[in-house]
Amino acid sequence: MSSPILINNVQKVFKTPGGDVVALKDINLTIQPGEFVCLLGPSGCGKSTLLNAVAGFQPPSDGQIIIDQKTIRSPGPDRGMVFQEYALFPWMTVAQNIAFGLEIQKKENAEIDLTVNQLLDLLHLKDFRDRYPKDLSGGMRQRVAIARVLALDSPIMLMDEPFGALDALTRRNLQDELLRIWEKLGKTILFVTHSIEESIYLADRIVVMTYRPGTVKRDQYVDMPRPRDPASPAFNDLKRELGRLVMEEQQRHADAEMKLAAVD
Amino acid sequence: MQKLKDFAHGALVPVLVLVLWEACSRAGLFSAVVMPAPSAVAAKWWAYLLPPQEQDASQTYLNWLLSGELLHDAYSSLYRVIAGFVIGAGLALPLGLLMGANTRIYALFNPLVQILRPIPPIAYIPLAILWFGLGNPPSFFLIAIGAFFPVLMNTIAGVRQVDGIYLRAARNLGVGQWTMFTRVILPAATPYILAGVRIGIGTAFIVVIVSEMIAVNDGLGFRILEAREFMWSDKIIAGMITIGLLGLAIDTAVSRLNNHLLRWHRGLEH
Repeated sequence: MSSPILINNVQKVFKTPGGDVVALKDINLTIQPGEFVCLLGPSGCGKSTLLNAVAGFQPPSDGQIIIDQKTIRSPGPDRGMVFQEYALFPWMTVAQNIAFGLEIQKKENAEIDLTVNQLLDLLHLKDFRDRYPKDLSGGMRQRVAIARVLALDSPIMLMDEPFGALDALTRRNLQDELLRIWEKLGKTILFVTHSIEESIYLADRIVVMTYRPGTVKRDQYVDMPRPRDPASPAFNDLKRELGRLVMEEQQRHADAEMKLAAVD
Repeated sequence: MQKLKDFAHGALVPVLVLVLWEACSRAGLFSAVVMPAPSAVAAKWWAYLLPPQEQDASQTYLNWLLSGELLHDAYSSLYRVIAGFVIGAGLALPLGLLMGANTRIYALFNPLVQILRPIPPIAYIPLAILWFGLGNPPSFFLIAIGAFFPVLMNTIAGVRQVDGIYLRAARNLGVGQWTMFTRVILPAATPYILAGVRIGIGTAFIVVIVSEMIAVNDGLGFRILEAREFMWSDKIIAGMITIGLLGLAIDTAVSRLNNHLLRWHRGLEH
């Protein structure tokens, strides 16, 4: 039913007044249907650029991203995206936000109502259906954003540091919710984060990326049963190992910034 | 109780001014023709409000009650404000949406807009009379011009400031161009557009008073100018107070409408 995401030789070059910046170089990944993959790395490593390329917001400069035998060139509801800034439409109520994607697809009203009610249930949002986003906490807003994407019933979910702005407890709570939903609905999830712990807690597979140019530094499968215990030895061994990899890149990032500052 | 206290507090200075004014008038400090006492103004205002003659058999009670000169004038002025505003804003809104959304259209129209915008609507009076003669049409024209630019400028700004994240989210949901415009860009720009509407209505209200002084024979602006011909200063002030009350009523109505339309907006309590 669903197809893998094929990322073939993807490059992305940004032209800037200071010269070309190679954001992505030689990225080759195959993401299987139903897989939960985290893109991990320090800021500037191109993980969001790669996600935006898969989303179709910024197509690659070279190489292809192929889903269902089609090369991705523009955004579409088959790849629903959850943003860190929630990006809910503030003039729509919770229920209207969730229904919007379905209205665009010209679904029957009865069907829309049914889906919206199911999603309000699934994400424990029932009591908030007629509220506006301004009246909701960050965690609640992100639940609505997830529901809005789930309403599209797309096989792929893209998440750009979705829990980055939340406090630690809300974050853990939503991570558990996300895992529950993922196990129930079997979506393919591509999840960008800079939190090592978050990636180990969630993912089947962690792709660690290098700082400029963004390449794949490590393609790490996580073979631990869920729910994972962040205090367990196996969890911490992996955390130490990935921490070392990420910090190397973070150091290169910091060095590059220092150099840039020195030139100024 | 607290409300009563607040009210008393707010009324203190206006009441003092009125008492002082009344006292000065009674003491004969200024001539009643130049500066009538507030009590005389109030009496005149009441007379201006009431029906001019006994109820006629052909009128219903309500018709008779509303047949006073003041209500007729207020209605005429309000009618001109609304008609002129609808014309001006009705032209400004689509043009503003186009100019805000499309940089080429913006580049085409902006120079002309920038040249015309600083011309005060009042400067159009000679042309308005030349083109439209007397009566309501020149009023509508002037008021429309007064309302046009605030609504236009704010609509352009409103469309341009729409946060890119909404556009990205909408494209991700599969929104096409038309839906993007009607269901994302337009609502996202509404706070700016409504701010323009409020300024535009305010300008329209200024312009209506001026326009009534030139080309018509009813309305609040006409009435206070007419009163001057007869040296009825009490009626002039009564008319001015009515203009103030009508302006307040319009602004309150627009503000209520804003609060309703923007009930989703941050920072607004309803």
